[in-house]
Order: sequence, then C-alpha cells, then structure tokens
Amino acid sequence: MSHHIVEVKDLRHSYPDGTEALRGVSFTIHHGESVAVIGANGAGKSTLLLHLNGYLPPTAGEVRIGDTPVVRTTLNEVRRTVGMVFQDPDDQLFMPTVGEDVAFGPLNLGLPPGEVERRVEESLARVGAGHLRDKPPYRLSGGEKKRAAIATVLSMSPDILVMDEPTAGLDPFARRQLMGLLREFRHTKIFTSHDLDMVLELCERTIVLKEGLVAADGPPREIFRNAELLAACHLEPPFSMQGCPVCGNKGCQR
Amino acid sequence: MHMADALISPAVGAVLWTATAGTIACCARKVRQNLDERKVPLMGVLGAFVFAAQMINFTIPGTGSSGHLGGGLLLAVLLGPHAAFLTIASVLVVQALFFADGGLLALGCNIFNLGFFPAFIAYPLVYRAIAPAGSSQGRRTAASLAAAVAGLQLGAFSVVLETVVSGISALPFSSFVLLMQPIHLAIGIVEGLVTAAVVGFMAKAHPEIIGAAPRSVRGDVGFRQVVVSLLAVATIIAGVVSWCASGKPDGLEWAIASVAGKGELKSPTDGVHGGLATLQNKIAFFPEYSFPKPAGQGAKEAAALRDAPAEGEGRLGTSVSGIVGGGLTLAVAFLIGFLLRRRVAS
Amino acid sequence: MAHIETALRDLNRLDLLAGGDSAIHRLDPRAKVLVTLVYIVSVVSFGRYEVSGLIPFAIFPLVMVAVSGLPPGIVVRKLLVVLPFAALVGLFNPLFDREPLLSFGSLAVSGGWVSFVSIILRAALTVGGAVVLVAVTGFAGVCRALQRFGVPRAFVVQLLFLYRYIFVLGDEGIRMSRARELRSFAGRGMGLRAYGSLLGSLLLRTWDRAERIHMAMLSRGFQGEFHARRESSFGRREMAFTAGWCFLFMLLRFVNVPRLIGVLVTGVFR
Repeated sequence: MSHHIVEVKDLRHSYPDGTEALRGVSFTIHHGESVAVIGANGAGKSTLLLHLNGYLPPTAGEVRIGDTPVVRTTLNEVRRTVGMVFQDPDDQLFMPTVGEDVAFGPLNLGLPPGEVERRVEESLARVGAGHLRDKPPYRLSGGEKKRAAIATVLSMSPDILVMDEPTAGLDPFARRQLMGLLREFRHTKIFTSHDLDMVLELCERTIVLKEGLVAADGPPREIFRNAELLAACHLEPPFSMQGCPVCGNKGCQR
Repeated sequence: MHMADALISPAVGAVLWTATAGTIACCARKVRQNLDERKVPLMGVLGAFVFAAQMINFTIPGTGSSGHLGGGLLLAVLLGPHAAFLTIASVLVVQALFFADGGLLALGCNIFNLGFFPAFIAYPLVYRAIAPAGSSQGRRTAASLAAAVAGLQLGAFSVVLETVVSGISALPFSSFVLLMQPIHLAIGIVEGLVTAAVVGFMAKAHPEIIGAAPRSVRGDVGFRQVVVSLLAVATIIAGVVSWCASGKPDGLEWAIASVAGKGELKSPTDGVHGGLATLQNKIAFFPEYSFPKPAGQGAKEAAALRDAPAEGEGRLGTSVSGIVGGGLTLAVAFLIGFLLRRRVAS
Repeated sequence: MAHIETALRDLNRLDLLAGGDSAIHRLDPRAKVLVTLVYIVSVVSFGRYEVSGLIPFAIFPLVMVAVSGLPPGIVVRKLLVVLPFAALVGLFNPLFDREPLLSFGSLAVSGGWVSFVSIILRAALTVGGAVVLVAVTGFAGVCRALQRFGVPRAFVVQLLFLYRYIFVLGDEGIRMSRARELRSFAGRGMGLRAYGSLLGSLLLRTWDRAERIHMAMLSRGFQGEFHARRESSFGRREMAFTAGWCFLFMLLRFVNVPRLIGVLVTGVFR
C-alpha cells in the first residue's frame, strides 16, 4: 500500500543563522510501521519532525506523504493526514477547556457540529480522558495533559501520528499507561525519544541521526547492540539491555 | 497608577470606555488585516509574559527599594502599536477581574492611560524618532528612557484629569498634578532603564526580533489616525468637563428629579420595602446626615434631598445630576441595546 | 513579588470556584456580566457625599454569595487587599475638604470625612461585585459573554490566550526569580543588569513558546480563524435574573431607603 508512505529524500535544512540542522536525510516509512528517530541533542530530530507536516520548508530535498509532495499548496491535506503531538503539552493545549481544544482541529476542518461532537467524545474516550472534558488544561497532571494532547490530534483522524518525546517528563506509571495506549494505535507512528526502553518496546525500526545525517536505520535491538555506533552518536543501550548493577547479570543482550 | 471604580463618575467611565472600545475595535481590525496570524499566540503569551515579568523585581540603584517592569513600552517595541495595545488591554482586563486592580468601570480609563499613550504616542512618536531601526544600544537606551517617561507622564496626567473631572476625590487639580507627575517621572525613568536593558538583551540574542517589529508596522502606524483619535477624545473629555462643570440644571436633572419623586411617593406604602429600610437605617453610618432642611413632602422634598449633596459639590462646580444622568443613560443604553440585540437574535 | 504571587494564587482559587455548580453558575454568562455592569454603574453614580444610599447595594454581592455557595472568605480577603489602597487615596478628602457637612449634636463631621467613607463603601461594593462575577462565571465565561456582546474576536482570543499562559509563564517567572535569589548575596546580583538579562531570557523562552504554540495550531488546521461553538442560551431564567436585579438597582438608586425611613421616623417625632 503506497498510500501512507512517508518518503524523505535528501532532505536538507539550514536555519537563518547558518546552522545546518539536516544535511541530506533520506528514508522511507511504510504503512503501519512504528519508527523511532533517535540521536543526541542537536542531531536534528525535531527539525526533521517539523518537515513532516510542512511547518519548516526544506532548504533542499523533498518530503512526500503518500503520493502528495509536502509543498505550500498541499499543507492542508498533509496536516490532516499527519497528526503532530508536541513535546510540551502546554504548547498544544491552548483552548480554555480540554473539550474545546479537542474540537479545535475538527472545527478548523469545517466539519458539521454533530460530527465534531462525535469526534471529541470518541477521541477523549480513546485516551481514557472523557472525564477531563470540561477541565481547563492547567488543572491536569502531566500524564493527563499528554493524553489530552494526543486526543486533540486523534480527533482529526490522522493516518500518521508523529510524536516528539512522548514519554518525557512523565512519572513511571503515566509512562507505562501512555505506552499501553500507543501500542494500541494502528496508525503509522513516528517518535523521537531519548527513552530507549520505550523505543525497544514499541518500535520495530529505529533511525539514528547524527549531526544531520542518518547514521543507522534498522531494528532497534540490532542498533542497540552496536556499541561503537551508540558511542559515536552519544547514545547508550537502553537499561533493559545493560548489565544489572546489583547482580552483575549481563542483561538481555541476546 | 490604576484608576479605581470608587474614584470615577459614570460619565468619565463611559467616555473612556467608548474611547477604549473604539481603539480596541480599530486595533483588532488592523491586527487581522496587517499582521500574520503568527502573532495570535505571540500576543497571548507576551501578555502572560508581562505578568511573569512583574513577579521578578530588581534593586533600584542607590535607593535600596525594588522595582519591576510595567511592560507597555516593551510590548510596543516588540509588537508594534496595534498588537501592543490589544495585549496591554488584555493584561488590564485580567488585572481588573482577578486582582481587583482598578475595576470594571475604570477599565476604560486604565486601558486608555496605560495602553494608548505608550502604544500610540510614546512608541511611534518618541521611541522611533530617537531610535529608528538598526540604531545602536546607546540610542535605544535614550529612546527607551524618553519614551517611557513621556508615556507615563501623559498617563499620569490623564489619571489626574479623570479623577478631578469625576469629582469623587477632593484633591484639587494642582496638588494632584504636583503629586502625580514627579512620582511618575521616577517610575518612568525606571521603566525606561528596564525596557532598554531587555531590548538590549534581545537585540544581542535575537536581533531579528527587535528589527522585525518596526519593519512590519512602520507603514501602518497611521499618524493621522492617531492625531484624529486623540483630538476626538480630547473633544469628548472637554465636552464632559464643561457639561459637569457648568453647574446648570439641565433636562436630565429634571427627569431624574421627577422619576425619583415618584419613587419616593410610592415606596413608603410598600411594607416589605419599609421593613428592609428600617433595618438598613439601623446599620447606616450617617442615617440623618442628609437632613439639612426640614422635611417637605412629595416631589419637592425629593428635589430638596437631591440638592443637598449638589450644594456641597457646588463649590467644585460639578453637577451631581450630570453624573447621575450619565450613569442612568449608560445603564439604560446598555439595557435597550441588549433587549434589541436579543430581539434581533430570536 | 509577594503581591503577584498571592495574586496568582487567588486567581487560581477564583478559577476553581467558577467550576462550581449552582443556579447562578448555570446562568448564561451574559446575564451575569450585564447585571454586574449595571450594578457598578449604579453604585458609582451616587454623588460624592452619599453614604446611606450606597448601603442597600450590598444586597447584590451578599445574595450572590449566598445563592451560589461561594465561600464568603474569598470576597472578604480580596476586599482586605484592596480597601487599604482606596483608603490611601480617600484620605486626601478629609485633608482638603474641611467644611462641616453634618453634625451629631455638638460633633461636626466635615464633608471630607463623609466622602472618605463614601469612597471606602464604593470600593467595597464595586470590588465585591466584580469578584463575585468572576467567581461564579469564570474568565472563559466572561470572555464568551464579551464576544457575544460584539467584542472583536481578535481581542477575545487574545484574552483567552493570555489567561491560558499566565499559569505556565507565571511558574516560569517564579522559578527563574527563585534561582537568581538563591545565588545573590547581600543584594548583589539583584541589580538592573542581571535583571535585564533575566527578563530577556524569559522573553526569549516566551517567544519560542509562541512559535511552538503556533506550530501546534497550524498542524491542526488553523488558518487564522477561530471557530466557536454556541453552547448556552439567554432564556427566560436569564431574562428574569437580569430584569429583576436591574429593577432593584434602579429602585435603590432613586429611592434612598435608609433616608426615607429617616424622614418617616423624624416626621413622626416632629
């Protein structure tokens, strides 16, 4: 199915101050894949994500969502297909109540009121946040905010979910809850994360960025076993693959 | 300084509400037309920034006391006049509703005093004149100082005018001016220094921000508009001043006296009302102070009672009836407008 | 600093109260905004020396607090914060206005003192009315009402955005300020230069946040237009609420009830 492919071809981006954030990134993501983009701070992860829904225009190269090239004229279509969940939910929840925030996207799509209502209810139920509907965002806990932020994107029924650091700043319980939720989604998923244990559990593919280039692309378990690569990219294997500091067991480096 | 509801008359409140509402409508249109929609969240968070900034203070050199940012001029430098005015207005609305700084009726005065002068006078006429785009930090400091002082002096003078015209406070014009202007000179200097420091920091860290705002607004500041609206406001204020100060009874006064007279005639027969009033009479601070003359009866008495405070006010040449009339017309206008609107809607 | 921190806390508390559920909370915000405006205009429309006529107006905040189940403490606290300022300004009146206006036996009271009391009363009533309005309506409710009264959409959106990010940026401001204070000794480091760059960094972060919010809006199809959903309606209950209060305010405005009783009572003894 070529319909929901994300195709990035020789993508380059330089910021106005001259920083080269991306220096020729290429990859293809197939329908239903769950892909993690990892790399050190400043490797270009966030810049890459911002190209996927056309917020940043490429300096050179191309991004295609399905058969649609991401250019100025296709932004509406692309943004409906690609749902973006930002790292800080405070940036994403800006309406007075959670319910209104979830309705923001569908209303912008010009859907009729009944349909908007149905989508709001459905998306909130999907993330287990139906009871938060009338609450203002600043009254939510970190985990609740994250789930509400995901609902605001789900309500637009995107085909591709893009998330920047979904587990950052969550307590272990909220993180576990969120991971359970993400596992259920049948969307094509693209994450950036420093939470490599989550990557190991949720993703079947990992793209490692280093200084604006793809340093590796493959199954997470393989990549996390490549100590040389990880060291060069300022990364470490996930805790579950490291030796146990108490009993000295070698961990699951099978 | 924020004006408080307790110190203004409805007439003054209404005039400045009108002026402010007009300016807001004009700015809202301008912002929609001219500025990209990127400014929508920017204005919002910059408003919140002003609150956050006021939480942080610094030691004023040489005095040991502490000061903080007011923010009007800084917003104008960052956003340009129209967006800045809306942002300042929104900050003041929140202050009025939640922090009881000022009040709802005084909101018009406060937005005008603290928003109009920095955004439409101090920034375009003073700041930009001294420091056009691409100026040195020295020039920017001088411009910030001059503009902040100018804005606050005008604002303070406006507070004085509004208070004196309202006639609730007994402070004579001259003493009030002598009190307010020097205090606001000091506040203005501090505000100017702070604005210069922040603008300087931004110019170093993010030169395109300080450079960008003026470029996008230079074409649409509309000096003629500013001058025209200023003139209009001045005319209205002058009109109200003369209206209030004329001391002549006018049609409104008559109308009110007769309405009041009827009310007074009717009420004593109302048992519940009477009982309530007895209770209130007991807790009143000065239940009898308005008894300068032997009680007459009916409408004549009402008129006499109404005149009692007016006599006191006569010394200052302010007509109570004018103020009452203003308030009444405003209330009635609101009510009628609302009923009509509802009828249209249904 | 203490002032704003407490103010933020109060704001938080008021906001929580607005989430309550009572007959008054459920009214359309427009009715409450309108009544409060009429109330404030009625209160301030009295002459400078009015005292007795103002007193019956306390009925509005009192009844609202009673019916909506607000804790009276929050209104009282707010009054305690504001009244000293009113007193400070009002204190000039006894200084400048010394002509005796009324007397109790041999004790003459100057016009200044009467108007001083009047200012305090006005402040208490207007602030009380406004606090009650916010506590039973909530800021978003007030904004909705403003919009339906014809306030430009751009300004309403601005108000809502500002309010949303007060909490976020307020926390940021408090954290930065705390971090500086912990490292400044004997007042050093509290000067203008450190202040300038501190505020500058806060401003930069604010700026970046605005960009991120904008991204989040764009990625959900924002095209410069906010779409509203109409929820509440101005029905019969709202009509009765508005008309009833406005009628009462007019009545109290033009019939000085305490004075009337005074007339009657002294008339009997004459």
